[in-house]
Amino acid sequence: MKKIILFSIIGALVIGLVAMPSSSLAKKKPIKIGFFAPLTGHAAQTGRDMLSGLQVFLTEQGWKGAGRKIELISEDSEAKPAVALTKVRKLVEKDQVHVVIGGLMASSGYALMPYADSKKIPAIYAIMASDDLTQRKPGKWMVRTGWASSQPSHPFGDYAYKELGYRKVATIGYDYAFGWEVIGGFQRTFEDAGGRIIQKLWAPVGTMDYGPFLGRIDKDADAVFALFFGAGALQFVKQYKDYGLKDKIPLLGGGTTTDEHVLPSMGDEAIGVMTTLHYSGAIDTPVNKKFAVAFKNFAGKIASYYGEGPYTGGRWIIEAAKAIKGDVEDREKFLKALKSLKMPDAPRGPIELDKFGNPIQNIYIRKVERVGGELQNTVVKVYPKVSQFWTYDVDWYLKQPLYSRDYPPLKK
Amino acid sequence: MRMITESRLKISGAIAAFILLVILPPVLPSYWLTILTQMLIFGIMAMSLDILMGYTGVPSFGHAAFFGASAYVIAILSTRYQVGFLGCISSAFLLAVAIAAIFGLLVAHAGGVYFLMITLALGMVIWGLAFRWVTMTGGDNGIAGIPRPDLGIPISLDDPISFYYLVLVVFLLVLFLLYIFIRSPFGQSLMGIRESESRMRILGYNTWLHKYLAYVVAGAFSGISGILWAYYNGFVSPMDAELTASFEAFLMVILGGPGTLVGPALGAGIMVFLKNFISAYTHRWLLIIGGIYILAILYAPGGVMELGKRLAKGGDKE
Repeated sequence: MKKIILFSIIGALVIGLVAMPSSSLAKKKPIKIGFFAPLTGHAAQTGRDMLSGLQVFLTEQGWKGAGRKIELISEDSEAKPAVALTKVRKLVEKDQVHVVIGGLMASSGYALMPYADSKKIPAIYAIMASDDLTQRKPGKWMVRTGWASSQPSHPFGDYAYKELGYRKVATIGYDYAFGWEVIGGFQRTFEDAGGRIIQKLWAPVGTMDYGPFLGRIDKDADAVFALFFGAGALQFVKQYKDYGLKDKIPLLGGGTTTDEHVLPSMGDEAIGVMTTLHYSGAIDTPVNKKFAVAFKNFAGKIASYYGEGPYTGGRWIIEAAKAIKGDVEDREKFLKALKSLKMPDAPRGPIELDKFGNPIQNIYIRKVERVGGELQNTVVKVYPKVSQFWTYDVDWYLKQPLYSRDYPPLKK
Repeated sequence: MRMITESRLKISGAIAAFILLVILPPVLPSYWLTILTQMLIFGIMAMSLDILMGYTGVPSFGHAAFFGASAYVIAILSTRYQVGFLGCISSAFLLAVAIAAIFGLLVAHAGGVYFLMITLALGMVIWGLAFRWVTMTGGDNGIAGIPRPDLGIPISLDDPISFYYLVLVVFLLVLFLLYIFIRSPFGQSLMGIRESESRMRILGYNTWLHKYLAYVVAGAFSGISGILWAYYNGFVSPMDAELTASFEAFLMVILGGPGTLVGPALGAGIMVFLKNFISAYTHRWLLIIGGIYILAILYAPGGVMELGKRLAKGGDKE
């Protein structure tokens, strides 16, 4: 009996210690940045690249900014929205961070938004790309420094018709929101220019054998537009060649299909594939070269947009903090600074935000080439200052449904 | 003598836990309060699974289906159709029961590995619906913005403390109901089925019906935890109905001790705590949790509850 009482007392003490609030806030204490991304599980490599990107920037700054020290607290969100939400709660309520940054899956973005609004905590979305986050369901406290999924696809659809001269394109992509949006954006502008999507194939996320899909690709197509990422991208591009399609039908794709994240693991099968994104490792500017070298020294691998996103996101935070002289405790003022910031010289090029909080930025049409023995995404055309709404009227655009599996529909 | 200490241990443990759960929350920082709320919600789910795993002796790998289904009902009704609190919870609860009643027809004849495989497949059906029925569920993006319920009383459940007490009340109620359930003659015959189904059948029990009803009851209570989860997070996604979610519930029961009711709730608490506590310190936290499981299986196959008993006995001898 005595022992039980003793155990309960010890238990209570332990809980009490763990539960102590970490610190009360005071001026000139560090600016605390909370980071969350999947650091375990199938998306762990991507999450680690994101964390590295942020760490590279903060290391460059000597972990100081706006006259204050910078403290980074990172949490593993396991690529699950409910976990991401729990971890952000921990960052905000226990660690008392001033701003949160990170997130990979679009679903985490939607889950987080109402919480950020209720706690009035600025949330920087450096990678999470789902269109509606800054379109039909925008959140007040969210600042997207990354991109919207369909944003790079819009100019590419136009380009494919006008400059590549394609008239009929077949598409294949991952069967979920990100895939639908990237392919939907391409379809809208390609068809508005006069082209026609003749086939849309959807593969479940995680498909490792694309044979059954490749056999079904319409041989009348002038080109194939593909959207994959990670191991699936490696496998698809390889099988596309193995099935003898590479020499017959040119391959186009969303940015992640030949992203620098997967490119080093690809071979000659990738050469000539054209994709579109708001970043390329091969952008020839001093600031991008400096970033690429720093990232390689830090993480031991080539920088991709997963690294560039949080790198620029971190810089976004620090520059906004500088603009208000480090007074990040004044959340409203901080948010305003974050939303009105312009960055003319990010590694990916100039960035400013539209009124929905999505970047207006360069979109790069890229072609895989082998330069000096290494594969790279050579930039063949730059579309400057591309908005998430492309050239469409914003009100009209927002009245259209969100891109989905069946929208825009396949025309007969 | 030993019997007396054991029951004394149980009673004092229960009282200590009860007091901690009631008194602690107002002084806890808000983050730990949300974790505690999570523990209770998963505690309800683990206890409901214990009906199947611990008392009937059939392992279910699809328990998150009911949890997810009722959470989705709350999300869809409250965000899209602005249905009131009572409408939401009764529809969510009824749907969980209905799904369990239909699935039960397919699983109740099976046992052992077959039961496991069928429940796994059925669980994936619900996950597939959540993932692919985009117009209704929002697909991969999930549904956000579920408001906290308005009970029509002057206490606002937006306040984490009052929401916590609501969850606590539900938790205690579920614990009480399940306790009565397993103590009832029906519960006793479930345990008979666990020990030997063929013998029970020869004795004249309709074992199919027993298993069927146990499955429906377990599904219904899992649905209750799903309702609380939807309100707690304000968000649902296909991940809530996924295989991993079912698997986690399974591990909670194993860790806590199957067939002890309180054990799985404790297992849920430990699991939620470990996930949130260790992962703050190391990104290799899955390794540590894996290690804990291996140790639990090797040295305490009856879970935390058995370990507690053994410690108490050891204490007697000294």
